[in-house]
Amino acid sequence: MTAAPRRTKLHAIAHGRSGDKGNRLNVNVIAYDSRHWPVLVEQVTAERVAALFAHRGVTEVRRYELPGLAALNFVIEDALEGGVNSSLGVDTHGKCLSYLVLGLDVQVPVDMGDGALPPLALQNAR
Amino acid sequence: MFRIGSGAGFSGDRVDAPQSVVAAIAAAGEGGAVVFETLGERTLALGQIARRHDSTRGYEPLLDDLIEPILAQCVASGITVVGNFGQANPPAAAAAIQAIADRLGLGPLRIAIVTGDDLLGRVDLNATQRWDGDGRLPELDGDIIAINAYLGARPIADAIKAGAQVVVTGRVADPALVLGPLVAHFGWDWADLDRIAAGTLAGHLLECGSQVTGGFFADPGYKDVPDIANIGFPIAEVEADGSFVLTKAAGTGGLVDLRTVKEQLLYEIHDPAAYLTPDVTLDITQVSLEQAGPDRVRVRGAKGHAAPPALKATVSYYGDWLGEAEISYAGANALARARLAITTIHDRIIRRGLPVRHRADVIGTVSAFDSDHGDLLADLTDSHAGDYRVRFAFGAGSQRDVERAVQEVNALYCCGPAGGGGVRQSVRPRVRTLSHLVPRHLVEADFHFAGTQS
Repeated sequence: MTAAPRRTKLHAIAHGRSGDKGNRLNVNVIAYDSRHWPVLVEQVTAERVAALFAHRGVTEVRRYELPGLAALNFVIEDALEGGVNSSLGVDTHGKCLSYLVLGLDVQVPVDMGDGALPPLALQNAR
Repeated sequence: MFRIGSGAGFSGDRVDAPQSVVAAIAAAGEGGAVVFETLGERTLALGQIARRHDSTRGYEPLLDDLIEPILAQCVASGITVVGNFGQANPPAAAAAIQAIADRLGLGPLRIAIVTGDDLLGRVDLNATQRWDGDGRLPELDGDIIAINAYLGARPIADAIKAGAQVVVTGRVADPALVLGPLVAHFGWDWADLDRIAAGTLAGHLLECGSQVTGGFFADPGYKDVPDIANIGFPIAEVEADGSFVLTKAAGTGGLVDLRTVKEQLLYEIHDPAAYLTPDVTLDITQVSLEQAGPDRVRVRGAKGHAAPPALKATVSYYGDWLGEAEISYAGANALARARLAITTIHDRIIRRGLPVRHRADVIGTVSAFDSDHGDLLADLTDSHAGDYRVRFAFGAGSQRDVERAVQEVNALYCCGPAGGGGVRQSVRPRVRTLSHLVPRHLVEADFHFAGTQS
C-alpha cells in the first residue's frame, strides 16, 4: 500500500526568481532535488500560474521546460500593471512575484527524495 | 584563459564591490577586464534629463565612487575597464575618468567612447515596430526625451583591439559589455556563433553582479548565504572555446553554486532557445552546469543562431505625475480602520472630481501581490488587529491634480478614521518607456578615443 502524497507549498521543494521587461514578467521555478522535477511538470502548469495572476489582468502565460536544469520558466504577459515606469503598485518591477508562484500547493509523493531539500523545508514537512 | 569580473550590476549597486574583483584579477597576474552595468530603462531617461539641464552631467552619478579606488590597479595590471556608465553622456563620463586618472597621477589614459546608440532625431518611430513584450501598454502619448538603441559588442571589441584601457558606452546590450573584451582577447570570429553565444552567456551571468554569487538569493533556512554584507562579485575564467568557470574572490561573502547560477541563468529570459541580443540569438537549452570546486561552477553548452534583423530601442518620454502618501493604523480593529481610510479617500476623489488613477495598499497584508483594484485585499479574512501602513498612489498628467489627491491623505489626520498617524507624502514626475524594433541599417555603432574627433 502506498502512502498518500504529502501536501506542501512549492516553496518547500523549489526556488525561483522573477524578472521584468516592459509589461512582461518572467518567473523561473527550479527544483532543489531533480527527483521533484516530475512534480513541477505535472502540477505547476501554465493554467495554475495564469489563475494566480488573473486579478492583475494577465493576458497569456507560456511555460518553458528545462529538464537539464530541473527548471521551468514562465513568461507572463501584462502582469505588471504598466511596469517599472508607470505602475501605481508598491513593487513596480514585480520582484516580489516569484514568491506568489512559490506559494502554490503541490502534492509530493512521500517516497520522493528528501535528500536535497533545505533544512526548514524538511522540518516543516514533518 | 581570460579573467573578466563584474564591478556593478545596476545603477545604485554597492560601490566597494569592484575592489575585491580587481584585486583578485590583478593577483593572477594575467590581465583581464572588469565591467560595470549601471544602466536601466529608467536610469537612461533620467540621465538624458540631467544632461539637458547641465551638459557636464547625465552619466552614472556614482562613477567616482566606483572607479577611483580601482583605476590605478587596473592600469598597472592591464585590466580593461568597460562600462555603460556613460549613460546619456559618455564623453562627460570619459572626462570624469580622465580627471580621476589625473588626480591619481596616472597620466593620460586611452579612453574609448562608443557612439551610435542615440537615435533621437535620426529615426522615424512610425516606421518601426513596437516590441511585443510591452503588451497592452498604451501608445506613446508624451514628449519624447530620448531614443536609444541597444548596440552590440563590436565597437567595444574594436576599441579594445585599438588599445583602449577604458571603454565608456551609453546604451549597449548588457552582455555585450562582457562579449566585447572576450572577442578582443581571443580574436573570435563574429560568424563563429557558438563562441559569440558563449561570450554572451558569460555576459548574461555577470551582468547583474552579485545576483549570481548569492545576492537576491538568501531565504533563511531554505537558501542560506554566508556573509551577505560582503558578497564577492562574480569573476568568469573564460577559455578560448567559450566555456568558463564562474567564481568570486577568496575571502568574500556570498556563494557560487548550481542554485545561484540557475536562478541567474533564467533571469529575464523569455524563450530559453532564443535569447535575442544584437550579436547573436542565444540558445541556453543545452547549457550544462557543474560544481567544479568550492564557489566554482563550470558553464558550457551555449548555442548560437543568427542575430535578429532589428535592434531593440528604448523610447523615453515624459509620463505622468506620481503621488504617494502613507498613513499607519495599529492595534485593535486596525484593519477595519485602514479599510475605512481607503474608502474615504476613494469617496473624496469622486466628490472633488479629481481626474487621477488611484490605488491603495495595506502594507502588512497583500500589497505587493495585489492589483490596482484591490481584489486580494477585498478577499482577506485575517485577524483585524495588527500594525498596518496604508499606502495610496495617484497618477495623472497634471501635477496639481496629483498634489490635490495627496493632500486628501494628509487630511485624514483630522477627518479620517481614529488613530491614524505618520503621514508621509511625495509627488514626482515620471519618465515612461516603450520599446521599438529599429532596422539595423539606421544604427551606426562606432567608437573614438576621448580627446579625438568622432
